[in-house]
Amino acid sequence: MSQVPSPAAGGTSEGRDLELTQLTKEFASFTAVKSLDLVVPQGSFFALLGPSGCGKTTTLRMVAGLEQPTSGTIALGGHDITRTKPYRRPINTVFQNYALFPHLTIFENVAFGLKRRGVKQTHPQVQEILQLTELTEQAAKKPAQLSGGQQQRVALARALINRPEVLLLDEPLGALDLKLRRAMQLELKRIQTEVGLTFVHVTHDQEEAMTMADTIAVMNAGVIEQMGSPAELYDNPRTTFVANFLGQSNLVGGKILGADGDSVVVDMQGTKVSVPRQRAHSTSGAGWVGIRPEKVLVAPQGEEIDAPGNHMRDAVIVDASFIGVSTQYVVKMPWGQEMLAFEQNTGRRGVMAPGTKVDVSWRPEFSFLLDASQDVGAGREDA
Amino acid sequence: MAATEVTETPAPVVAPDAGKRRSLTGYVLILPAAVWLGLFFVVPFYSLLANSLFDPNGSVLTGYKVTYHFANFWHALSDYHGPLLRSLWYAGVATAICLVIGYVLAYAIAMKAGRWKNVLLVLVVAPFFTSFLLRTLSWKLILGDNGWVVNTLQAVHVLGSNGRLLATPVAVIAGITYNFLPFMVLPIYASLEKVDGRLIEAAGDLYASPIRAFGKVTLPLSMPGVVGGTLLTFIPAAGDYINAALLGSPNQRMVGNVIQDLFTTTGDYAAAGALSVILMVIILALVVFYVRKSGTEELL
Repeated sequence: MSQVPSPAAGGTSEGRDLELTQLTKEFASFTAVKSLDLVVPQGSFFALLGPSGCGKTTTLRMVAGLEQPTSGTIALGGHDITRTKPYRRPINTVFQNYALFPHLTIFENVAFGLKRRGVKQTHPQVQEILQLTELTEQAAKKPAQLSGGQQQRVALARALINRPEVLLLDEPLGALDLKLRRAMQLELKRIQTEVGLTFVHVTHDQEEAMTMADTIAVMNAGVIEQMGSPAELYDNPRTTFVANFLGQSNLVGGKILGADGDSVVVDMQGTKVSVPRQRAHSTSGAGWVGIRPEKVLVAPQGEEIDAPGNHMRDAVIVDASFIGVSTQYVVKMPWGQEMLAFEQNTGRRGVMAPGTKVDVSWRPEFSFLLDASQDVGAGREDA
Repeated sequence: MAATEVTETPAPVVAPDAGKRRSLTGYVLILPAAVWLGLFFVVPFYSLLANSLFDPNGSVLTGYKVTYHFANFWHALSDYHGPLLRSLWYAGVATAICLVIGYVLAYAIAMKAGRWKNVLLVLVVAPFFTSFLLRTLSWKLILGDNGWVVNTLQAVHVLGSNGRLLATPVAVIAGITYNFLPFMVLPIYASLEKVDGRLIEAAGDLYASPIRAFGKVTLPLSMPGVVGGTLLTFIPAAGDYINAALLGSPNQRMVGNVIQDLFTTTGDYAAAGALSVILMVIILALVVFYVRKSGTEELL
């Protein structure tokens, strides 16, 4: 996965960055977006990730001009566009339901934006974009005659042809089946690299966000919980919400004993574990020690485990699901908590049956430490 | 038809004669509609066609005979082409006015009314709770020579001091417009209601100003309603005789009035039948032409 430095600092705003400042949207009964500050650097693939109702679509609609912010500003390249009419913004949207014009052919749909801007000769440009999106054969058809994946590409072509400064994607892949979705994710990423436009992608699918985006902003209840590259967010979540929403996490309660050199030591259910200081988001009191399931190593009792440091004994496997590339274990810890551990099926060992007594271990540098005042279940999909 | 042979997938248990029974079921289900259509369309239509081919010398006393007297059509045309053309003209003007008023009204109800939508729809339909005849008679009072409308128009010199509205084409067209407006509003409303607001948003996102978005998206998508509405207005308006009878004078006689006279007063069934068939053919031709032209063949 490509590692692009986080633009969160927003220091070098050369070019035409999209900048949201103190953006707020209140509806009659609730606040959808709360004082949002965000800089999307020009040319980046930016994902707004969050569960439904977190305010991500409202944010997108405000950028498109389809919704008026209650307060705050939207600027593009230093130019305030907060009150600019949608049809005057150099921004196009790929809508969730595609919103293709049913009475127009694919060609006419794609040419729509150019025509409205007074371009006389639309033919060459339309042909070019239809080629890019592999729709040349469908040009004369109506949207209803196309498959979901083709319609999605038409929506994309219709927006891309205008070379907007910012392309907004509102869960554009939500309606596609899994296989097609994967293919379209790679396709979108390729096109974005090719044309070099700023993409702002709204999604609730964390895997999709991680596959495509350079930078992800995780949104929850109208605010951005954390922003950074996919790897940064995954390895070093700052809140339980991010830890649970982006992938899965084991969160174990513990008492923070204090700093020790470059790490913070925690008394986790009687075992002393250490967490790297830059991943410790709390330094005193109670905390959640977090570890990703694939970083948790499990071995039959007494067997050597390649993970110096945090080592726990007397655990029991209560469930094992074999899913091909890996096996997912649910392990009951001595203190009663169940933890998830994913093991690659390298062939080194067979699947351990439920009931097997095991030792559990992980490398301390992979763990993280969160403030225990947060809800441990926040952001869990089954919550 | 249901396949009865064994297939790879476990097929639902089907009795061997299920296919036959199912096709019979279809005919049975169609029966009420077929009977209705036969009784109330085929039979009257045949009878009308027979009328138009009667011997023109027949009378109520001597009886009528179908003599395939095709000259009936030429006589009807040469005697009554005036009222016939007038009918098409009045109906056309009234339909055009209905279209303008109706579209604006339907648009306001569908797009702008918010929670008042249902109230406004009821108001559009409300006149139907009073009889057609009574409503038209009320217009006779409203447009009467000493009514406030005429007085006002005289006062502002739109009408001369002896000017009147009753017994003029204006009154007849106004009456038709009023009476058939709901038939225009409702289909357009139904079409506009179905227009996905997200498409209008998408048009705006693609650089279309609200006016362009209306012209390029909303209007084309509401065309089925426009076509349906104009047909529902024009067809009955062209055959209407009550408005001309109550609000017009003999100078505003429409073809409906002529047919009514021929059937009920003169007893000239042959001419009445021929004229009815002619009117029907003209309307049918216009409708086919119009529907083809507007690209909404699926309505036919």
